[in-house]
Amino acid sequence: MSTLIENAVCTFCGCLCDDITVEVDNNRIVKTKRACANGRGLFMEYDATPRKPLIYGKEVSWEEAIAECASILENADNPLIYGLSSTSTEAQKKAVELADRLGAVIDTTSSVCHGPTALAMQTVGEATCTLGEVSHRADLLVFWGCNPAVSHMRHFSRYSLMPKGKLVPNGRKDRSMYVVDVRPTASSKVADHFIQIKPGSDYEVLTVLRVLAQGKKVDADQVGGVAIEQLQQLVDRMKGCRYGAAFMGMGLTMTRGRDINVRELFSLVSELNKFTRFSVIPMRGHSNVAGADQVMTWQTGYPFAVSFARGYPQYGPGEFTAVDLLARGEVDAALIIASDPAAHFPRGAAEYLEQIPTIVIDPEKNMTAKAARVFLPTACCGIDAPGTYYRMDNISIYARPVVASGRPRDEDVLTGIMEAMKLC
Amino acid sequence: MLIGIINGKVYDPKNNVDGEIKEIWIRDGKVVSAGDVDQSRAEMIDAAGLIIMPGGVDIHSHIAGGKVNAGRKLRPDDSRGHERKRMQLPQSRRVTRSGTGFSVPSTFKTAYSYVEMGYTTVMEGASPPLMARHTHEEFEDIPILDKGGYILMGNNHLIMDYIRRDEREKARDYVAWLLNATKGYGIKIVNPGGVENFKYKKNVTELDDKVIGFDVTPRQIIETLSWINDELGLPHVPHIHGLNLGLNGNFLTTAETLKGMEGRQAHFTHLQFMSYGGRMGKPVRSGAAEIAGIVNENPNITVDVGQIIFCDTTTMTADGPVQYRLHKLTGNKWFNDDVEAETGGGVTPCIYKKSNPFNAIQWLIGLELFLLIDDPWQVFLTTDHPNAGPFTCYPQIIKLLTDRDFRGEVFSGISKIAQKGALLPELDREYSLYEIAVITRAGTAQRLGLDNKGHLGAGADGDVTIYADLDDREKMFSHPAYVFKDGVLVAKDGRVVCERPGNTLYVSPDFNPDIEKEIRGHIESNYTISFDHYPVRRDELSQGKQIPCEVS
Repeated sequence: MSTLIENAVCTFCGCLCDDITVEVDNNRIVKTKRACANGRGLFMEYDATPRKPLIYGKEVSWEEAIAECASILENADNPLIYGLSSTSTEAQKKAVELADRLGAVIDTTSSVCHGPTALAMQTVGEATCTLGEVSHRADLLVFWGCNPAVSHMRHFSRYSLMPKGKLVPNGRKDRSMYVVDVRPTASSKVADHFIQIKPGSDYEVLTVLRVLAQGKKVDADQVGGVAIEQLQQLVDRMKGCRYGAAFMGMGLTMTRGRDINVRELFSLVSELNKFTRFSVIPMRGHSNVAGADQVMTWQTGYPFAVSFARGYPQYGPGEFTAVDLLARGEVDAALIIASDPAAHFPRGAAEYLEQIPTIVIDPEKNMTAKAARVFLPTACCGIDAPGTYYRMDNISIYARPVVASGRPRDEDVLTGIMEAMKLC
Repeated sequence: MLIGIINGKVYDPKNNVDGEIKEIWIRDGKVVSAGDVDQSRAEMIDAAGLIIMPGGVDIHSHIAGGKVNAGRKLRPDDSRGHERKRMQLPQSRRVTRSGTGFSVPSTFKTAYSYVEMGYTTVMEGASPPLMARHTHEEFEDIPILDKGGYILMGNNHLIMDYIRRDEREKARDYVAWLLNATKGYGIKIVNPGGVENFKYKKNVTELDDKVIGFDVTPRQIIETLSWINDELGLPHVPHIHGLNLGLNGNFLTTAETLKGMEGRQAHFTHLQFMSYGGRMGKPVRSGAAEIAGIVNENPNITVDVGQIIFCDTTTMTADGPVQYRLHKLTGNKWFNDDVEAETGGGVTPCIYKKSNPFNAIQWLIGLELFLLIDDPWQVFLTTDHPNAGPFTCYPQIIKLLTDRDFRGEVFSGISKIAQKGALLPELDREYSLYEIAVITRAGTAQRLGLDNKGHLGAGADGDVTIYADLDDREKMFSHPAYVFKDGVLVAKDGRVVCERPGNTLYVSPDFNPDIEKEIRGHIESNYTISFDHYPVRRDELSQGKQIPCEVS
């Protein structure tokens, strides 16, 4: 006998679609409606059966596993807590608390995706809006260095390109869409205009756009492989639109220039507000990476890369960011929550992680978990645990579970570790 | 648990106690009368030579939520040099949390700093309904203090739709639903219609200007929401930030708005920013005398000041066009967030300098309002934290109000241009401790409809602050000797000694459930989240406390 659950929240990506229907049979999700391929995978592949924790790959009781975690952290001089982007803010809050009480370093996956976006925001600010403003107002969309057709599959249909909105009653027909990227992508195929720039030239192209937006001339025929006339056309569209929305991704943040690329785009967007209204929304990847920024910021004052070693939060992108700490061998234990650095970090950093005692808290036995000393298989928020998530535009949604769980939540495990260490 | 505080000089304006030596008894978190207790079982505090007041109640401060956190993120520079270490609590394994920030402190630091200044209740000034959950999440990380949030409604699409269609009963039911859904404390109006118009790069400047796409006026929005506030019997009155904030000559619009209330109850927030004389494009002058005169004639009006502090602070409001203008004016970095179907807002850093004539006049206007509004029950102490300066500077303002000589000293250091013709040197008034107790707790609690706060009569919450009686009032109010929250000693000698959760205060007015169908339709067609996920559920508040509405 299967049951239908309406308006489930998909906790895969930063779109945080909250209109998913799931069909549950025998505590397994057997069907989803409205979910994209990524979301469907998350819902369908997850098996909520309780699993035992592992120490060195051997099954142990939860008490033993928690005691081992406490011992690892107690014996560490400079532990690192990392991840957080795919868990609830309830768990994120506990993780920051643990870091504070331990005097640890804490960093989130922001440092390898939109960390540079935060640095840019801290330099020049950010004119942004919620996704509903885009769906109801925006007549011009510019996607820069991102490919939502693959990474955020329902972005176009739910928020940006297709929706029929108050001021764009005909949906797609009332909007004009630009993609700027270094190569054609699935997203550029649906755009009205594709501007292909040379790899590594984002900063130059954006600077020229800023110059042109101010009505000045550029003494060149082309920049980044793009004719100035083409950029002039884009600027004219930007200045002439009613409400413009730019979206940016790792094509800007993780290529040459990083935060200064983003700074140029954010400056351009701010400056366009002299002529019309324009906003920018970073395409946050993981479901609650925006929440991780929020929790870190309200508890410590900084969005990522924080050390509590001195008894108070210190901010150090490049110094307290996980990749840098691991590559330099500066930490002596790691607690990884809801992320898989072994699969994504540069080799040196990933290898160092194998050399130090590592704890992984995650619903899935991911690559990092396979090599970890302790693995604690927890519930998955939005499937068999409740939790609060922040969408890429910082709207928060409370995700209710859709199946019953016998697994502990991430925050329960973190609280257990703090209790075992007599930290709370 | 029984606590007796004896031999102290008590200032409890609500109960007409003006510096009398009086005993205060607190049992199980509540103030009780001396006759009701077995004094032999009490833990006694000898407050000889000390001053006793109810815990401070802040009626308007930005401490939690989307734009506050955007401010924190925007300004790592605000944290440098303003770090707070985690700290072992006495007689306990417990450790307080660390934090950072001067004008935009992190959540735990915010709580500790307020408590260490003798405040026990703080109201967050502006939360978009759609971001209420975020505000509550931060409230959960602001321990000890009781707190509540005002919900932004002055640019709400459905309310404006109902006004245009002349369906004010439906608007009333929707507002009641919205307060339930957001677990908010009251109705907040910010630049009604102007924030919506800013989404078209426009604004409103007159009460009868039109809101684009809705064919309603700021005047209608204010009028309807204040009628709704009455109808629902909310404990607080409509909390209003009017038009033209920060503009020369805005005192004319402010005067018109104040008078336009026609006797209806309302609170006007950060009035300093709304009391600028002169004319657009001409040098600013103080409009405090005119505005204070109107407040004096209208006992239905209360205000808080938003006193300027000369410092480097962070401005943030739901008034998006104001933040944009300030960004263009200062060249400082600018954050903006347009929120679908509801509101907007922005953040930008700002430095107030003594030597800057405009800033100095802003400073004068605030003090003049304090000194020219006759009845302290109508004017409350705020800095519109952090807009005019951080709340940690309240003691400095108390010194300015209680000490004419100190005021004169600071005055002599401000811009000479601002000094010329200023009214301030002629104002001899000095606030008494009794009056300070009114503008920092008794008056604010009364205006918030918090019957158990802001006083020390039987039945009051055991929120009590005890100060050393120092001549230097700034020092005195910076570091109280004892602070009790719900009868528990939470700070001693100006340091937190106990951490416990505080309450989240919210209202739950009744409404006709038929309205839900229309609201569902509205959310489904105007928002990007589903109706089911919009409301903040009661169990998302770990320590919610409902304050009753009184429908007449």
